[in-house]
Amino acid sequence: MIAAGTPAPDFTLRDQDGEDVSLADFKGRKVLLVFYPMDFSPVCSDQLSIYHEVKPELAEKGVEILGISVDHSYAHKAFQEKLGVDTTLLADFEPKGAVSQAYGSYLDGLGFASRNLVLVDEDGMVAWAYESSSRGEFPGANIIFDALAS
Amino acid sequence: MDLSSAPIPPLGPDDHVRGEGETIIVYADLGCPHCGSVWLEIGARPARIAFRHFPIAGKHPRSPALHAAAEAAGMQGAFFAMVDSLYADRGHVDDPHLWRRVEDLGLDLERFERDRRSDAVRARVRRDFESGIRGGVTATPALFE
Repeated sequence: MIAAGTPAPDFTLRDQDGEDVSLADFKGRKVLLVFYPMDFSPVCSDQLSIYHEVKPELAEKGVEILGISVDHSYAHKAFQEKLGVDTTLLADFEPKGAVSQAYGSYLDGLGFASRNLVLVDEDGMVAWAYESSSRGEFPGANIIFDALAS
Repeated sequence: MDLSSAPIPPLGPDDHVRGEGETIIVYADLGCPHCGSVWLEIGARPARIAFRHFPIAGKHPRSPALHAAAEAAGMQGAFFAMVDSLYADRGHVDDPHLWRRVEDLGLDLERFERDRRSDAVRARVRRDFESGIRGGVTATPALFE
């Protein structure tokens, strides 16, 4: 996966409402990119639900969350509504997984993103990256706050 | 608020604890079916069980209301009675069902309604949730023995 200290590849993807969102839009702010396998899967549901619960604390630290998977905007919209969360979800749909690949977070042969976290700093550099030990587990929110404190 | 990693806090005076024996701290979601099953299992063990709130609204939309209800019942000395009641019948968790449970437990409904919407109850539930987050809880139930 992408290493800390390298420039974060820019991208433009559609969000759950079909609006274009670029990483460059967040210049001057910290962004946590949450690569996850797929909408509606049990572990991804837990992960995005728990991260939603700590969004206010992340916002206090100037961090915005963007979820990224290979699902389409329409699936993202339904997933967002099912979970009752307002986290922006980006569709790495076509070309499929291109952004996930650019961040070293794409699982060839499986066709979806691995469960990785990438913190991009105010200057567009990768400040921290974390790869889950397995797809069946996700990093607790405490891991994110540890990274922000270090 | 600092949510970086920290050990699960030891039992404190205002933890919800019952039973005697080995200590089990449970982070549980009152809307979670699996939590209900595990709650029954550990309840049968000779253990000192501490219940800590870990509602995950995204998975169980009624969970925040149920945790607030348990905490409000606790302010009238019926915390575990409400938890047991909620896990025993997970199909009736709308407000009228909560009111019925309050009446069945002999609690003051007016006070219950006031307490469950209070900042104190919200903060008490959130305190447990945050300690679970800091301890790395990612799913419920999470047992610390």
